[in-house]
Amino acid sequence: MTAPAPPTRAKTTQQRRWQESLRAWVYIAPAGLIMLFITLLPQGYQIWMAFTDFRVQNLRFNILSPATWQDYAPPWIWFDNFVRIITSDMPIENYYFGRLLLFNVVWTISNVAFHVTLGVIIAMVLNGKYVLGRRFYRALYVIPWAMPPLIAAVTWHNMYDYRFGAVNLLLAQFNQVLGTSLPTDIRWMLEGTPPIGGLLQFLPLAYYCTLVANIWLGWPFMSVVATGALQAIPSEMYEAAEVDGASPWQRFWKITLPLIRPAMVPAIMLGSIWTFNQFNVIYFISQGGPLGRTEILVTQAYKLVLNHRLYGMAAAFSIVVFLILLVFTLVNNRVTQATEAYDVA
Amino acid sequence: MWRKILRLFFGPMVDEWESWRPAKRWSVVLRQVLTQLFLLAVLLAVLFPVLWILSMALDPRDISKPQDLRLIPPGASLESFRRVLFDPYRLLCTNPSDDSTCMTFIHLFWNSLQVSMGTALFSVVTGASAAYAFSRFRFIGRQAGMLGFIILLMLPAVATMVPLFTLLNAIKIGREPLRTTLLGLAIAYASGALPFAIWNLKGYFDTISKDLEEAALIDGAGPLQAFVRVVIPLSAPALAITMLFSFMTGWSEFLMAWLFLENPQRFTLAMALQSMRGQFATPWSTFSAFSILMSIPIVVLFYILQRYIVSGLAVGGVKG
Repeated sequence: MTAPAPPTRAKTTQQRRWQESLRAWVYIAPAGLIMLFITLLPQGYQIWMAFTDFRVQNLRFNILSPATWQDYAPPWIWFDNFVRIITSDMPIENYYFGRLLLFNVVWTISNVAFHVTLGVIIAMVLNGKYVLGRRFYRALYVIPWAMPPLIAAVTWHNMYDYRFGAVNLLLAQFNQVLGTSLPTDIRWMLEGTPPIGGLLQFLPLAYYCTLVANIWLGWPFMSVVATGALQAIPSEMYEAAEVDGASPWQRFWKITLPLIRPAMVPAIMLGSIWTFNQFNVIYFISQGGPLGRTEILVTQAYKLVLNHRLYGMAAAFSIVVFLILLVFTLVNNRVTQATEAYDVA
Repeated sequence: MWRKILRLFFGPMVDEWESWRPAKRWSVVLRQVLTQLFLLAVLLAVLFPVLWILSMALDPRDISKPQDLRLIPPGASLESFRRVLFDPYRLLCTNPSDDSTCMTFIHLFWNSLQVSMGTALFSVVTGASAAYAFSRFRFIGRQAGMLGFIILLMLPAVATMVPLFTLLNAIKIGREPLRTTLLGLAIAYASGALPFAIWNLKGYFDTISKDLEEAALIDGAGPLQAFVRVVIPLSAPALAITMLFSFMTGWSEFLMAWLFLENPQRFTLAMALQSMRGQFATPWSTFSAFSILMSIPIVVLFYILQRYIVSGLAVGGVKG
């Protein structure tokens, strides 16, 4: 005797699955279409461009009108662009791929480490039981985040001006009030000798300056995320731990940290991606100088487009940036186990 | 009566104070003083650049830079604010010899507003719909789609600029390419803001209990109605924050705008600001006043939405 029930039931679940999928994709369609046309299609086009020697004269090339194909199609050059990027064989000054990559990674890790540490510490202090003026501080502390990044970056650039900038003026003020003799004519962005030798020799003074500016810019985001997570921890847990004789240090490691971790990990992922591509701070504050030593990948890519008009090479460069970021995120993901946070809910 | 006023300032501490022994009182006071010192130091660091830009805006000596550190420079005036608000921008004119064809602050502001609102609406409306699907439906291609959006989050804006340029150039609206219009710019920004919008909204939708929707479905509502009538109103914080972030993208972005737009009549605030930066002689007072005026709408929005920020940022509200 055969059992007819299981096959039909399987069929209906299969049908329902298709039905649900169809409905889901209808919901996704508007966003999906925008992304398809504005992000994915250009990406496809970009991959094609990366294998060609696309220059200014090829801008007239229009893939939709075959009349332009004959005269304006860029020559296909296979992996030439990629090879020249990685072997540092590019028509721009002070370009070394290895150093650029190393700097970009060091830049990201050092920034995010400061953002998270400061953000969590300040959030914890403000979350203390009897802190006065909590709302006042919280309101003002988000200013760096609320300010348009372009303006923040240009302001910091101005503050590092060697003759009239606020930082040197502040040092002068210190000298006046405290009688110290700090130097007041430091060329923050141009100084060639690295402040810390040895292994960190490749980091010029300008790096530390941009680091300070970007810490100023980035910690409020981490602090807000940490505040949200801290507020979700029931105070009974701390009280119970206190009764059991746990020291503040133990309470931090055993209660606070594990409980804010699920919120911090995705924020760290996001922050790393943002910092890795932090265009404004580098482009406006150090402008990649001195001698291109604080250049990051995106600023270099932009200069290829704007200053050199090497569109094909810039396209190849963008693909390289993307691949590096992908690897960086996967490693980051592996280290921090972020997937468990945004995986199936 | 007194206690009420004290409680306003010192919170629940007032009621506990009397039950404490002197030693405990002292330790609480000492701790408060140290905390306040720390918080004030942070505040000073946060405000320093803001005060600096404010003092530059008040300085009447436009190009020459300050020689010392003062909040209110000698001869301080609001002249530069007046200039920014009412004078035409001679750098941005269709006909350089005729002032009436130049851009004004109001005009630039209106362009920025259009682009930013467009970006915010595009990304929130389409993003909420997609995020709902990812949050509620189990469908074929769900994992791949989610992963795809995270990967798109990683694409630097700079990377898509060149191909987007050629693509939007090829699409014509009337006689001009979509690339040179504000609509084109808003769509381009929205595509950049969408991955974050979807990610954030999906995270928030995940935290909303399904029971309410199921109740609505039993009452005879369709799935779309359940989404619009039940989930959307409950997600106000996340929607507001997502809109705010998208709006901010549109408000301060200028790289793409600079590359795409041609007609000065369509230029945005961020572009005008960028055009002011000279290699050697940036007019700092004007520049600072402009920066402050341009930041005000964002800062105001931020404060209006502040109570939503902590709850609306779903990065915090993650569910396993």
